[in-house]
Amino acid sequence: MIRDITLGQYYPGNSWIHKLDPRIKIIATLLYIVALFVVREFTGFIVAFVALEAVIIISGVPRKFIWKGLKPVILIIAFTLIINIFMIKGEVLWQLGFLQITREGLRTAAFMGIRLVLLIIGSSLLTLTTRPIGLTDGIEALLSPFRKIGLPAHELAMMMTIALRFIPTLLEETDKIIKAQQARGADFESGNIIRRAKALVPILVPLFISAFRIAQDLAMAMEARCYGGNVKRTRMNEIKMGSRDLAASLLFAAFLAMIILQRVLL
Amino acid sequence: MIEVKKLTHVYSEGLPHQQVAVEDISFTIETGEFVGIIGHTGSGKSTLLQHLNGLLKPKSGSIVIDGLDITNSKTAMIDVRKKVGLVFQYPEYQLFEETVAKDVAFGPQNLGLPQEEIDERVRSSIMAVGLNYDSIKNISPFELSGGQKRRVAIAGVIAMNPDILILDEPTAGLNPKAHEDILNLIRGIYKKGGKTVILVSHNMNDIARICDSVLVMDKGRLAMKGTPKQVFSRGEELKDMGLALPEATEITSRLRAAGMEINKICLTIEEAAAAIAEAKKMTT
Repeated sequence: MIRDITLGQYYPGNSWIHKLDPRIKIIATLLYIVALFVVREFTGFIVAFVALEAVIIISGVPRKFIWKGLKPVILIIAFTLIINIFMIKGEVLWQLGFLQITREGLRTAAFMGIRLVLLIIGSSLLTLTTRPIGLTDGIEALLSPFRKIGLPAHELAMMMTIALRFIPTLLEETDKIIKAQQARGADFESGNIIRRAKALVPILVPLFISAFRIAQDLAMAMEARCYGGNVKRTRMNEIKMGSRDLAASLLFAAFLAMIILQRVLL
Repeated sequence: MIEVKKLTHVYSEGLPHQQVAVEDISFTIETGEFVGIIGHTGSGKSTLLQHLNGLLKPKSGSIVIDGLDITNSKTAMIDVRKKVGLVFQYPEYQLFEETVAKDVAFGPQNLGLPQEEIDERVRSSIMAVGLNYDSIKNISPFELSGGQKRRVAIAGVIAMNPDILILDEPTAGLNPKAHEDILNLIRGIYKKGGKTVILVSHNMNDIARICDSVLVMDKGRLAMKGTPKQVFSRGEELKDMGLALPEATEITSRLRAAGMEINKICLTIEEAAAAIAEAKKMTT
């Protein structure tokens, strides 16, 4: 059923990783992704893998959740593997008609596969260990230097926060509308594609109207409380760097140094 | 006749946040009965209703309506929807068509009726909810007032001509006049066709006034079933469940507690007035 869908895949916890400053987590994740592309040899992936493993263990996020994050992209990974295995020219190991598998193909495929898996797990750890609100706060803080060139950092972050906040509300609304139309005999499961697409109209129209109604109510409620965008706003929970954040930054710097070293040395 | 036997439903079964919504509920409703369901928010009323027309499937237990086992997976859902009409809370949020007539026709069309019959049903059900068919049929439902929208939405379910009509708080959020109109409309439909009506409401006055029998839900279980008099005579238990009494019952029971000679349970203002007048006569 629709209400079983979990969105914003935050896994509540109280670990070291959970408590880190979201700004550091965001930057570290970005740099980690860059680092994965710096790597040219499998040894580099070993470094990245060990670092990732350490973060997973400290964060206390069950493996089940981490695998769940991989599921939606399995197709993409499989596709990448197949393309790489069959398309790269080199020393032929096996051939059938125009299909051929080469040593280089296998190597590149394995390389790409590992890179993708490490990349996806790494970035999903960010959302698994950071509350959506922390994430938007972090993004706002990181974007605020660009305010000088006219980037509405606060407004962007506010939009993200609101969007995240209303996903469950709209899902609930969708569930209600689907049921109401089913009660009127609507059938969403049979028929060809055109029939099924048509069957969506009785859901989409009320859903859009609901979304606009909710948006209007929210805008009114915000204005009633004198919300006025980013006019010298202070916040209840300032994000502050602590010694923990400093230690994490140092450890992460060490990781980056190792990646760069193995690239230079090997 | 609706026979519910040992109905249990669990949400998100097997997940950490699983929740038993209704548990071991059994009751029967006779054809032509007007039944009220009351219960605190989260007592399982909505879950129960959604089982009655097959929107939810129970974990265990069965529901048989006029010999049709609707919990059997082989039963065609369209047959269930034909028999049982369910009007959700705030039904006006399900309107979607360009015109009122088209929207009301959605249900009958899904039943696969011939076009003439659909037109006839649309006409009669719009009239049945007290709207003028000719002046309203080509208007967009989104241009109507709140009360009118609700009537159109109810007409959309009535047009399917179900033997059993279930309404989940049909008067929520309406002004007193519209509230009274909708109630009268429901009563009218019920009296005309020998239909079974199930009404969920938080308004005890309404329940006391118009229902033949009352089901009381508490924490997913059926706590009481009886006539309004039987149910509302157990005021203390109802209050423990977070429910109120009809105003007339509440006033007379307080007067009784204060020493006035009122011996019967009063459900309506008229009954209460008569009982108080009589008690006064006795003492003077």
